[in-house]
Amino acid sequence: MSGDTRHGVGVSPGTAVGPVVQVAPPVRPPADEPAPADAGAALAHVLEALEAVAVDLDARVAAADEHAAPILKATAMIARDKGLAKAAGKHLGAGLGPAHAIEAAVADYAAQFEALGGYFAERVADLRDVGDRAIAAVLGVPAPGVPPLSGPSVIVAVDLAPAETATLDRARVVGIVTAAGGRTSHTAILAAQMGIPAVVQLHGATDIPAGTTVAVDGDAGAVTLDPDLDLLEAQRVRRERRAAALAAVSGPGATRDGHAVALLANIGGVDDAVAAGAQDVEGVGLFRTEFLYLSAAALPSVDEQAEIYRKVLEPFGDRRVVVRTLDAGADKPLAFADLGEEENPALGRRGLRLCQAKPELIDSQLAALAQAARETGADVRVMAPMVATAEEAAWFASRVAAAGLPKAGVMIEVPAAALRSRHVLAEVDFGSLGTNDLAQYTMAADRMEGELSDLLDPWQPAVLDVVAAACSGGAETGKPVGVCGESAGDPLLALVLAGLGVSSLSMAPTKVPAVRFALSRHSLEECRALAGVAREARSAADAREAVRAAASEELAAIL
Amino acid sequence: MSQRTVTIASSVGLHARPAALFVEAAQETGLDVEIGRAGEEAVDATSILGVMALGAKHGEEVILTAEGDGADAALESLVALLSRDLDAEEG
Repeated sequence: MSGDTRHGVGVSPGTAVGPVVQVAPPVRPPADEPAPADAGAALAHVLEALEAVAVDLDARVAAADEHAAPILKATAMIARDKGLAKAAGKHLGAGLGPAHAIEAAVADYAAQFEALGGYFAERVADLRDVGDRAIAAVLGVPAPGVPPLSGPSVIVAVDLAPAETATLDRARVVGIVTAAGGRTSHTAILAAQMGIPAVVQLHGATDIPAGTTVAVDGDAGAVTLDPDLDLLEAQRVRRERRAAALAAVSGPGATRDGHAVALLANIGGVDDAVAAGAQDVEGVGLFRTEFLYLSAAALPSVDEQAEIYRKVLEPFGDRRVVVRTLDAGADKPLAFADLGEEENPALGRRGLRLCQAKPELIDSQLAALAQAARETGADVRVMAPMVATAEEAAWFASRVAAAGLPKAGVMIEVPAAALRSRHVLAEVDFGSLGTNDLAQYTMAADRMEGELSDLLDPWQPAVLDVVAAACSGGAETGKPVGVCGESAGDPLLALVLAGLGVSSLSMAPTKVPAVRFALSRHSLEECRALAGVAREARSAADAREAVRAAASEELAAIL
Repeated sequence: MSQRTVTIASSVGLHARPAALFVEAAQETGLDVEIGRAGEEAVDATSILGVMALGAKHGEEVILTAEGDGADAALESLVALLSRDLDAEEG
């Protein structure tokens, strides 16, 4: 009998076993930190802490790969920087304690970098990382972030910062467990992208002692402490069976009886595009373009944008690339198009609404995409986020046509657009269900609120009803409707979506093989029956269980 | 005091990697080297944060100054460094 099994939310499939490495959160300077009695001694203390940070980073340079090494080396230089030490000394002289002096010195430079924007603003994260480490060193607490790993490890944290997730040692991190986060949190999306099994929302995760062996089940959302051999053997058998099953199918997605359901990748930048382009996918169903704009101080020129788009389009040759136009707003503010604070950013002037207020944003983006499409000959299709009405869809379609791009679509993520899809889709060429936001708006539950994970479960029957409404509008107008939310990557839910009439599924590329396998084992008629089963259910959990029970045994055996 | 004017060749400006290479080279000279724009206060060229905060963009002209023995030779090598597209050179 295995030890303690705890349940969270599985967000990246697969199983893994390894010792726990706890990731310490950054520590803020204590509010009651006393002013230094001796400024000279305090400065020596600060310099010692900064040097310790630099030495630690030096050691990591040696172990890092060619991509990470220059970043770590530059970060070590920041820790040894004379200017930073001088600024800290000035704050110590003004009466701040060592930890506060480091924080203030970092803030001085961070403000300058942020004002410069672009590449400079991106480096603020490295600077803050140095500051957080030095603060931990002067306070004598563990350094924040992922420590250097000596072997296969399961990373456990409250939540991982984007920079931490991006720089994970993929050869050594076999599993990720977080206490916070949600289905669509940053950690969840990146873990799936990297193919690392992950469980989020695991209560008490940070209390698991470092070094404890745990088995992580990213499908069931379970974490077992000190697993016994039977459990490990069962997981190993499932892993092998799964690998064999998934390797047996390839190529375009289709049901057993040959009904095509295109399998596409979600990407968020040039690196993702290069990685996904090499995979067995039929193109891109969601290219998030925000990365181009969020850190820029000014709207990038059309040529600058087109250059990046070209790099994203090239890896896909003649495969389709569906581009979501800029989805910014009060929660993801742009330095050059800020409409001010809003009470409810999720319900405010974001997505297409922001672009209607500032048409130059969308016009320059569409011009750049048209230029990149001409130069690469790629199959580019653009779609607008946060469309609620047919008028908005028509407005967007006219901008797209004016830019000379062949196909315009809309994201269906506002229930209004789903319910009125026959009118909304009549204005455009296609629709794409963003099920993460669609669940947020259907259930009136904030996506960023991890505690509301259950309400945001894409299996919620009400969300499936709204998806069905969108699909019926698609059928009526003859316009294809795809799904580009994380729900497309759940093999069981993918069957339900296909049964509801969805014609393409876009997800993290690592999730494609299991979805392809699931489709290949069911006919379209069976998918429709499974959709009926799911919509008959009273709750999200009932819907999932009923579909799992009714799906083919071959599929159930690998989940 | 020796002085040189040079145009930043790095396509992304003098940010992380190019800045690190430049600062490292400036430190190796063992001299007091400064970098700045004409008419503005110069910053310490051996401080990575100072150099990054300068925010010198691609195509911008900067002025390097140094004092001490070998200042001219040191500045020549730094000018040569800034005249290359450091970000395009991988590895």
